[in-house]
Amino acid sequence: MTAAPRASRLRPSGLAQAAAFVAVLVVLPIAFPAQWLVNLFIFTAMFAGAAMAWNLIGGSAGYPALGNGAFFGVGAYAMAILTTHLGVGGGYLVFAWAIPIAIGTAIVFAPIARLLLRTRAAVFAVLTITLLFIGQTLAYNLVSLTQGSLGMTLPSPSFPAARYDQPFYYAMAGLLALTMLFCWGVRNSKLGLALNAVRDDEDRARGLGVQTEMVKLFAYCSSAGLTAAFGAIWAYYISFVFPGFAFDPILSLSVILFAFLGGVGSLSGPLVGALLIVPVQQYLAFRFGASHLYLIAYAGVFLLVIYLLPNGIVPSCRQYLTRLRRLRSGPTAPDASLLVSNVTAGKSQ
Amino acid sequence: MSALLSVQVASKSFGGIRALDGCSFDVQEGSVTGLIGPNGSGKTTAFNVITGYERADSGRVVLRGRPVTRPDPCRMYRLGLARTFQQSRILPGLTALENIVVARSQPWYRLFAQRAPAGETQRAFELLAEFNLVDYANRPAGVLSYGQRKLLEFAAVLMDQPSLVLLDEPTAGINPVMKEAMEAHVRSRNEKGVTFLIVEHEMQFVMRLCDQIVVLDRGRPIACDTPEAVQDDPRVLDAYLGD
Amino acid sequence: MHLFVQSIIIGVLIGGVYALLASGMTMMFGVTRIINFAQAMFAIVCAYLSYSLFTHFGLDPFLSVAILMPMMFLFGYGVYTLLLRRLGKAGPAMALMVLFALGIGAQGVTDLVYGTNTITITPSYANDSWVVFGFQIPVIRFFAFVMAVAVLGAFHLIRQHSKLGRALRATSQNPAAASLLGVDVQKMSAIATGLGFAAAGAAGPIYGLIFPFTGNSQYDLLSKLLTVMILGGLVSMPGVIIAAVFLGVVESVIAATISPDWSSFSFLVALFIVLMVRPQGIFGGHRMQGALW
Repeated sequence: MTAAPRASRLRPSGLAQAAAFVAVLVVLPIAFPAQWLVNLFIFTAMFAGAAMAWNLIGGSAGYPALGNGAFFGVGAYAMAILTTHLGVGGGYLVFAWAIPIAIGTAIVFAPIARLLLRTRAAVFAVLTITLLFIGQTLAYNLVSLTQGSLGMTLPSPSFPAARYDQPFYYAMAGLLALTMLFCWGVRNSKLGLALNAVRDDEDRARGLGVQTEMVKLFAYCSSAGLTAAFGAIWAYYISFVFPGFAFDPILSLSVILFAFLGGVGSLSGPLVGALLIVPVQQYLAFRFGASHLYLIAYAGVFLLVIYLLPNGIVPSCRQYLTRLRRLRSGPTAPDASLLVSNVTAGKSQ
Repeated sequence: MSALLSVQVASKSFGGIRALDGCSFDVQEGSVTGLIGPNGSGKTTAFNVITGYERADSGRVVLRGRPVTRPDPCRMYRLGLARTFQQSRILPGLTALENIVVARSQPWYRLFAQRAPAGETQRAFELLAEFNLVDYANRPAGVLSYGQRKLLEFAAVLMDQPSLVLLDEPTAGINPVMKEAMEAHVRSRNEKGVTFLIVEHEMQFVMRLCDQIVVLDRGRPIACDTPEAVQDDPRVLDAYLGD
Repeated sequence: MHLFVQSIIIGVLIGGVYALLASGMTMMFGVTRIINFAQAMFAIVCAYLSYSLFTHFGLDPFLSVAILMPMMFLFGYGVYTLLLRRLGKAGPAMALMVLFALGIGAQGVTDLVYGTNTITITPSYANDSWVVFGFQIPVIRFFAFVMAVAVLGAFHLIRQHSKLGRALRATSQNPAAASLLGVDVQKMSAIATGLGFAAAGAAGPIYGLIFPFTGNSQYDLLSKLLTVMILGGLVSMPGVIIAAVFLGVVESVIAATISPDWSSFSFLVALFIVLMVRPQGIFGGHRMQGALW
């Protein structure tokens, strides 16, 4: 009867899906304990989470944030500074710092976000990129704090060698689950509705009483905070931060790519996108060790996605299923609007 | 009956063009007031200034006897003043139902509430039923035809029970059946106490529906009277046919 | 004081190069409403190509411009026709991403072919400079400036005094009206894109003469160009040129008086400050509406 399945309430099937997902997350490193696999899971969870965080501002609100890598870098350096300068100890406690880093980033970013959100479209996009470079420059130049181009080394925790990566995995996966929950919550609240309205026609939304300023700010700041959290754990994992790596334009592009591939604006889209690409990316990095091949591959995949799958995988699948369902539910008058809905249904939510 | 809305000596220029030139008129509470005039007379600009999409260079807008200091679309909506657009702006990615549910002014903490709670959904459904759009409730509004979009836009602005609705060319580009539907909706709402200010080009529609007509020409009113009087006013004929 | 004036001179000369690159982007934007996020990378590609021509054939980089400009024009024309044209209504929005991706792919190619070490093109006159009134005028920067002015002048002549230019201007002002008057809007868009890339073809070799570069330099250069464009108001050619020279000067003065490390940073801070006050840039009136996708 309804066109696209909409999870607007906590249904038993929804809960079951969520439980299954969590179960998979928990069991994964135990079922596949090989170090390179766990490493892969870690990066996949990280990229998926960062992509979902991006989706809050880029997908749901439709504001093209091209510089989310800035927050990743901030989180990474925050973690590095906390562990080295303030010596907050090693081990499991360090993971907990991701939360205050996230919240701190979101709060500190708020006034900047307010300024940025006064602009639109391409100007906004450009400003977010400049944010990324401001971050990178600061990391290079504030040598007393960040050791500049030498980079910073984080203390390695003394986790048991056999399963060294596991705690990092659980931290990332936990953060991913948290991000998913957060995004789901936003989506099914009036906040999500307001964000989608902003995406569709911001000025019109204002005229309908939607508090556009507030919701945009919330989306962008939470996107920043969540991304920073992922950056923080990444820094702890690889034990080394360097301005070029932490503030990486490729990461900014990647998360957008994953979201596009999987479906901008859909909940699981970024996850699907990351699942498809990250293993390939890690393999290329491992095998060829060189970044230039996967720069080319990224560009290639990105262009392919834009030209062949403009709506992304998840909405395209959904549309396909909807069409099947409609065909099966019996002959109705030829619906010219189906053609239109194929284009627009992908953009819903 | 007092003036619900009062535009006072509003002026607005774009580049060298004076869209509004010392424009003043009142809209009486409970009336259906028409705003007509030849192309370029400043009707849409007047709407934009009233609803806060543009800021007047001088003059002011007074709502319920209180001057509006910082006109802004969100604030105006909150004050009970809603508006539709010539190009019928709906939110294409949202469903028809959501298009209506979203049109609420609410305190910030309500943002964390459910996306479309039962009470609001019910009311939105009723509005959709009234405008014959129930079939599209869960379809993206982008699939609606032009006429249907105009109806949806109208329905959406009614969600929060505004006291004054500004309709910008509600009958432009829609078929006669829909025009009658539009007229009926305006009348029924007006009977319940909603005031209307309607910009229109279709004279029949305006003459039938409006109690009061304001005629703009080159940014200021040249007549403000009942439909019959305006029809016979030589200045109005001049404005339309002259030049 | 002497240092100050010296750095202003250097800044103006450099500003010319930025102005050239940014004007290409402005011209393309005016007609197509697309901001070329690949401009910086393709300028660097041209720097690399010029480097190869120089090291293998001894061709002076300034002369290589004569080869690279037409080549880049054709390339740009092709990019528009094959890639950007089919993006349809959401074109300007998606085009940003497409061009950005193209730039990244190009970087992958240059990293592959040339490696990631920074290089500079160093002809025999690389370190020469003249002394005028006690101020040093590096030969390369001087000729770079002259080249930039020449190409900009040529663009200006084309725009203002040729039939093509009229058609281009008509399309930037009102594509619908222009097409009704018989202008092939798509062709104009392709030509404008070609001209934009041609500007990169001209500026690339001179950039390579002045700065040490590698594929990764594209980000730094891109953010400078974007800053210039936004400050200049996106559509105003004189605005962009003034913004470019202004930022060249700021960059140079900060590099000389404070530290070179902070000079790129100054671009970004200038951008932020201006946009805080005037979201449409110093000269612009163009306010972009709507989400990007």
